[in-house]
Amino acid sequence: MRTTVLALLATTAPALAAGPEFTVYAPDYFASEWGPGPKIEAGFEAICGCDLRFVTGDVLPRILLEGDRTEADVVIGLNSDTTMRARASGLFAPHGQDVSGLTMPVEWTDDTFLPFNWSEFAFVYDDTRLENPPNSFQELLDAPDDLKLVIQDPRSAISGLGLLLWVKSVFGEDSKQAWEKLRPKVLTVTPGWSEAYGLFTDGEADMVLSYTSSPAYHIAAEDDATKHAAIFPEGHYLMVEMAAQLKDSDQPELAQAFMDYILSHDFQSMIAEANWSYPAKLPAEELPEAFAVLPRPDKTIFLPEDQAEVLRKPALEEWLQVFAR
Amino acid sequence: MAAGLRPLGIGRRWSPGAFVAAGLLALILGTLGTVAIHAGGLTALGSWDWRAVWFTLWQAALSATLSAALAIPVARALARRRFVGRRLLITLLGAPFILPVIVAVTGLISVFGRSGLVNGLLVPLGFGPVSVYGWHGVILAHVFFNLPLCVRMILHGWQAIPAERFRLAQSLDFAPADIARHLERPMLREVLPGAWLAVFLVCLTSFAVALALGGGPRATTVELAIYQAFRFDFDMGRAATLGLVQVGLCVLALLLAAGVAAPAGFGAGLDRAAPALAPPGWRRGADLAVIALAAAFLLVPILSVTLAGAPRIAELPPSVWEAAGRSIVMALISAVLALAVSLMLALSVAAGQRWTEAAGMLPLVASPLVLGTGLFLLLRGLASATQLALPVTVAINAVMALPFALRILIPAARALRHDYGRLADSLGMTGAARLRLLILPRLSRPLGFAGGLSAALAMGDLGVITLFADSRSPTLPLMLYQLMNSYRMADAAACSVLLMAISFALFWAFDRGGRLNAAA
Repeated sequence: MRTTVLALLATTAPALAAGPEFTVYAPDYFASEWGPGPKIEAGFEAICGCDLRFVTGDVLPRILLEGDRTEADVVIGLNSDTTMRARASGLFAPHGQDVSGLTMPVEWTDDTFLPFNWSEFAFVYDDTRLENPPNSFQELLDAPDDLKLVIQDPRSAISGLGLLLWVKSVFGEDSKQAWEKLRPKVLTVTPGWSEAYGLFTDGEADMVLSYTSSPAYHIAAEDDATKHAAIFPEGHYLMVEMAAQLKDSDQPELAQAFMDYILSHDFQSMIAEANWSYPAKLPAEELPEAFAVLPRPDKTIFLPEDQAEVLRKPALEEWLQVFAR
Repeated sequence: MAAGLRPLGIGRRWSPGAFVAAGLLALILGTLGTVAIHAGGLTALGSWDWRAVWFTLWQAALSATLSAALAIPVARALARRRFVGRRLLITLLGAPFILPVIVAVTGLISVFGRSGLVNGLLVPLGFGPVSVYGWHGVILAHVFFNLPLCVRMILHGWQAIPAERFRLAQSLDFAPADIARHLERPMLREVLPGAWLAVFLVCLTSFAVALALGGGPRATTVELAIYQAFRFDFDMGRAATLGLVQVGLCVLALLLAAGVAAPAGFGAGLDRAAPALAPPGWRRGADLAVIALAAAFLLVPILSVTLAGAPRIAELPPSVWEAAGRSIVMALISAVLALAVSLMLALSVAAGQRWTEAAGMLPLVASPLVLGTGLFLLLRGLASATQLALPVTVAINAVMALPFALRILIPAARALRHDYGRLADSLGMTGAARLRLLILPRLSRPLGFAGGLSAALAMGDLGVITLFADSRSPTLPLMLYQLMNSYRMADAAACSVLLMAISFALFWAFDRGGRLNAAA
């Protein structure tokens, strides 16, 4: 028993690395072995002389819970639709980066939250199972009800919240009717993205709410070109992932160095095939092959954080009313 | 109670069990209170929250009733028929209960889903496709999970009827209806309320199942409402209120079940093997059909998941195996902790301290999210969250397994005390001697079963580790989610099979160990 306890404790002991410990809060998928985390850790440790440690979990709730007592020096993986509350906490410091040269489909001016990758929400389908995908959001609404989609719950998944804001942006006053038409086509609503995507790859659903960059994974990692994002002329809602440094970090220089590292070519060139998302600052010609062949929407929709925050509750209420019947 | 009936060498008022129970109460209510205090008080619930409470209640009641009702014929058929592979089948039938939720849902969908086996058979025959998504999907999943638990509990009840009673019934030429009236119904009256209650409480806090198969907001449970309050509304006050509602429902259900249960009072037997009172004729065919149906319902989804994932297991990266090793060590420690604590509690419940039973059932309805958040707030001054991640996960898993271990141990502990308590007292057998000579040998079967359940549940639990996690030491369930989140669905399927196999192996090893001791 004692040896097993010791063995257990040993697995929790931090790896021996030179220099001070530098703590970054990140979502679990980001810091996992299959995410960009390990590469970023190695890349930054090579230049910072520190021991970078990712602490994973629900980043924003945790930061808000800990307040100014947080151990985090930097947080990564915040989403643009929830930054209003993050900003209001007053916990974050300016990133100090020049954001004029970003390669994003929208103009970015925020001096606190620094984007590191982005993608748009899209419905992904498999062309061997769905031969005539809808060519617009309206066509999707008008499609026969036996076309089945899986979406994510806006109360537990950031992608579900993104869909609410997407529908609100495209259909405005008519968003409730849009949901009414979409509802019979929704096979089920899953708690998170991974359950929904699993249902899709298992052949349960014809389309799944995911990202315009999702097919890149199948092309690059599985050599499978059958998965596509349906591109809608009404536009696609932008999802931006961001990082920010903590005002009360006890390692402000390291935090600043990490923010510098985020926009470096080294960091940006590994993000696409590690997080399967578009890097925030990388010329199109340097994108990996799998991304270069992806179709791009003509129009990208983005709501400033205050508008997203204002719309969130009424949009959720509307969705609940339609889907709870 | 006469003064001579001293409970198992334990003082009447403050036994170790009572201390443990008080500790549990402090843990569950303390974390709730901490979250509420942090939030600056409780927040009133909105109409959607109340809808979630209502849905949670009726689906849990329906799931529990269906699971318990369906388990009766299955347990009876298994109790009175003898066939090759019966023991193996009984062990296998327990598998769904210990499956990680995400694996079970995948299995159910492969059978009942839109492109599943059932529709594959029905549609060519001209029957419209059946949909598993909606409230009935939630109920189906809950019955799938909990039917095995009920079958095992009721089967234990059947096996606990002393063989002498069946011999007497045989010599009196009882017809099946007489056996039902004199032996089976009194036993069911004792066992069923506990089984129903256990399932009801499990279903109260169901989160992932309801969400994956629920089809949307109609099937919102309280646990999801807590998640929303935590994740998107940052409303800890609401999370605490909802957590309190869950505790309230639990206490109500406990009172209800306590009012219904009545001891069967068969008295002590000599542990002879019970003759299989197997009525011949059509009942034989019916029993066979019941067993076959239950086996198909419970095992086909598992087989389907296994076939899908097994081929890739060998290709899983070494880190997955490391995580598996870490999870096994954690599950073993959790199980030992859960057994020690639940044995103390069960003995004190058997000694007449009913409130300790209620305290032992509370963890079942503690929201993992509220519990985790509360602990996080309480412990943050002591050590960093990541240092605490694995120890806290082990402790929480042990606590979460308690109610199941208790439900298994309490009836056995009661019978033990009732049947042998006086003899042991008159021999002056107390303390370690009583534990070694009486309690452990007599309780080894239920202890093995309870330990197996605890280990398997701890193995598959994602639980609070998501709140405390450190990317350097993931558990196997966390790895499974990481694979899914990185689009690696095929590897995730293989990882599911590995997780399932280990959970099952742990369960089997404990359960088997318990039986070996019983035979000795």
